[in-house]
Amino acid sequence: MRYLPKSPADREAILKAIGARSIDDLFAPIPAEYRLNRDLKIPRQMAESEIVDWFRLRSKENGLEYTNFLGAGAYVHYRPVIIDSLISRGEFLTAYTPYQAEISQGTLQAIFEFQTMICELTGMEVANASMYDGSTAAAEAAMMAVRVTGRSSVVIAKSLHPEYREVVATYACHQGMPLATVGFAETGRLNLQELEQAITPDTACVLIQSPNFFGTIEDVATIAELAHKNGALLVVSIAEAVSLGIVEPPRDADIVAMEAQSFGVPVGFGGPYCGVIATREKFVRQMPGRLAGQTTDRNGKRGFVLTLATREQHIRREKATSNICTNQALVALMVNIFMAVYGKVGLKELAKQNLSKTAYAADQFGRHARVLFAGAPRFNEFVVQTSEDPYVINSRLLGHKLVGGLPLRKFYPELGKAALWCCTEMTTRTSIDTAVGMLAESEAEEPSGEHAAEEVAR
Amino acid sequence: MKRMTRKATRHVNHNEGLIFEKSSPGKAAWKLPPLDVPEVNTAKLLGTAERKDLGHMPEVSEIEIIRHFTRLSTWNYAIDLGMYPLGSCTMKYNPRVNEVVARLEGLANGHPYQPEKISQGALRIIKTLSECLLEITGMDAITLQPAAGAHGELTGLLMVRAYHDAKGNPRKKVLIPDSAHGTNPATAAMVGYSVENLKSNARGMVEVAALEAQMNDDVAALMLTNPNTLGVFEQEIHKIAQIMHAKGGLLYMDGANMNALVGKVRPGDFGVDVMHLNLHKTFSTPHGGGGPGSGPVAVNQPLEPFLPKPVVISKSDGTLGFEYERPQSVGRVRSFYGNFGMFVRALAYILANGPDGLRQTTEDAVLNANYIRKGLEGVYDLPYATPSMHEVVFSDKLQAKRGVRTMDIAKRLIDYGFHPYTTAFPLIVPGALMIEPTESEDREEMDLFVEAMKSIAEEVEEDPQTVLDAPHTTRVSRLDETAAARKPVLRWKPE
Repeated sequence: MRYLPKSPADREAILKAIGARSIDDLFAPIPAEYRLNRDLKIPRQMAESEIVDWFRLRSKENGLEYTNFLGAGAYVHYRPVIIDSLISRGEFLTAYTPYQAEISQGTLQAIFEFQTMICELTGMEVANASMYDGSTAAAEAAMMAVRVTGRSSVVIAKSLHPEYREVVATYACHQGMPLATVGFAETGRLNLQELEQAITPDTACVLIQSPNFFGTIEDVATIAELAHKNGALLVVSIAEAVSLGIVEPPRDADIVAMEAQSFGVPVGFGGPYCGVIATREKFVRQMPGRLAGQTTDRNGKRGFVLTLATREQHIRREKATSNICTNQALVALMVNIFMAVYGKVGLKELAKQNLSKTAYAADQFGRHARVLFAGAPRFNEFVVQTSEDPYVINSRLLGHKLVGGLPLRKFYPELGKAALWCCTEMTTRTSIDTAVGMLAESEAEEPSGEHAAEEVAR
Repeated sequence: MKRMTRKATRHVNHNEGLIFEKSSPGKAAWKLPPLDVPEVNTAKLLGTAERKDLGHMPEVSEIEIIRHFTRLSTWNYAIDLGMYPLGSCTMKYNPRVNEVVARLEGLANGHPYQPEKISQGALRIIKTLSECLLEITGMDAITLQPAAGAHGELTGLLMVRAYHDAKGNPRKKVLIPDSAHGTNPATAAMVGYSVENLKSNARGMVEVAALEAQMNDDVAALMLTNPNTLGVFEQEIHKIAQIMHAKGGLLYMDGANMNALVGKVRPGDFGVDVMHLNLHKTFSTPHGGGGPGSGPVAVNQPLEPFLPKPVVISKSDGTLGFEYERPQSVGRVRSFYGNFGMFVRALAYILANGPDGLRQTTEDAVLNANYIRKGLEGVYDLPYATPSMHEVVFSDKLQAKRGVRTMDIAKRLIDYGFHPYTTAFPLIVPGALMIEPTESEDREEMDLFVEAMKSIAEEVEEDPQTVLDAPHTTRVSRLDETAAARKPVLRWKPE
């Protein structure tokens, strides 16, 4: 086996040194009746070339050469090539969690920079080293709000990613954490009247997403005021990190639960991604996950360590803020490099291109179908309602190597024949025009109110 | 240094500030293509939601970013540089073909919501990996959704709870041996169970009589790591399973130490009901400085209805698809389908090994741990003489007499060119040195390690201060962790 660095003679010599007659001696502690005396029934050992060929075939069967209009929590953005060159360095790739700080300064300083940039972008004061993804970050943020406030229930926006809502529900179910859901208004934004009724003296936090699942940017300040007036915290989930380049961050939030996949992480059929929690300094001791902090060595030299570990499971065991141990470190490094590449100016320009492509697409779709939620600003997603079933439209598009918007019937049946479309800087005008043309085949040629609104906006 | 080994020597490494300290206005590492649609007026479109300023985000060029992160990388130790004997972490070689196939375009760029019709490649990978892992564990059904080991524990215990719930009583407690990893009790708490400690016996194993006494109708499950954190196989595992099952409880196995078992024995065969695996330990996906991981959970048939949704199924037309209609499911534990990129890498590892390679891997891992044990026995105190599987746990009892503790020895090991072993864990061994070489070490590397450890033991006798002040060769000396926690500085701020 080519990964194993021992010759048969080495094995013999080691056995001899140990004083064992055969390798079986070493497995003697396992009761004989349970030992496996046959080969595992798995594929035979393959050559490297065969492995590459096998996965190439899988790659071909997996939407290779399709252009897609899907977002919904997984966004196709360009990934600068230096991300993979740098994260492929063995010193990053094959290192463990930086518990031994003296020989982990590379990882630790990178985490410290990551935490800083996440703070700058979200308007928060502290950020952790990462969580599994946006959905678990949202769930852990809600649990954190429960610890901070001493209250138990959570009010969740229906416009929070439906799969994030499912994960929050799974986490909440044995914590004595009742959940209430608040719908959306005509504008696609949170229904404030409903929110007001839903908040009770037991509400630990209001959990919203902005831009929300429909791409609509929420009125965070007003929602924060409502939450705070009632002694609850505001948790804002951000699924599309690129929005932070042009959309005002949720500065009035108490906790931001982010998914940073948009920053240089492949959509990769859903993972690995990079969740993050950011918050106010005063709540840091209730925050889950690892934190890197600055300190000095014995000679006064600047260095970094993992800190505030007394929150964590390896110290506090069942009293820890979370059971999280392994996080998404290497993915956070991708995010870190992406943020450094685009930086202060590039992120803004990148976000503007997303905005422009989406405005153009929404305008074009609006000429043939109804684009919902015109009354509030959006980032790079929009909902198109058609007279034809979006699954049928999509199968037509698929024939032209285009993947249409995500049909919403499964998540929001009340929206009827609707689909969630996404455009990023990667979406070309040609593909937008083609998609619109194919959708138009079944739709009446009448501009919606949305179309007019978009014209005015420009 | 008393006896300089050939493992390491001093070399130049570069100083490097924070990325923010290199920033100045007008530098850039990006370039966007020309916009092919009309440019919008952002102020009009976004109104008050428009962001005006991105604060102190850096402005740097591409070469600066390359040098910045390359220089940082040289400050890290890594498996690629040498033995990384962290106990229970299984720091084995991370094959490079795994990285290549994970980046194939159709896999890296596949969108999780693209139609199933054009997702057959990804679904086939999930299916194939699931089948391999079921054969390896001897279990009946599996989910790959959990993102890491602790997340797998959470998923497994949620299923345990759902199983008991379906029988009318979720029960109240989870039994956890005192040798267990901290994630076990933390997870039990998250699922609403109280934790009851189970004392290990003099051989470092579960005391069967004590388990029998503690087991009752309130106990939902026993969370057992096997081999346990001492690297000891629980020889009475069948009795343990019987005791649990006789009172309606379940046996949960933490698969952190599965590297000692693959191809030699299957948890499903010795009575385990539910277990998680760590693809980033046993199945070679890189640790990446702390993640990403992947923590599949395998269960036996009675627990199958409770798997998180969706699950992958074969459809009547022969294609694969996701099944969401799972009325008894514990729900979702993560968005989409889990850390798919790690599935690709783990499957590539399994294919590279085949049945013979996996078995040889396990044998070599156990062989190596025993070689280290033999080499250091007598030099360091061995608190449990029970046979070792894939890792061995010593204590600092002999060195503590000279005021040198496990952490000091660990820091001194750095000067000899090795990453330290796991220190001060498991908790049942005061001053533990927990050593797991994995199968990836050749004889020479292990000989150097043993020699280094012996040399340090001599230093402890002759010149303990050298050990107490270690490391001496790193770019920073021991860091002030107390100050870091007392006045946390968790981000850079401009002066």
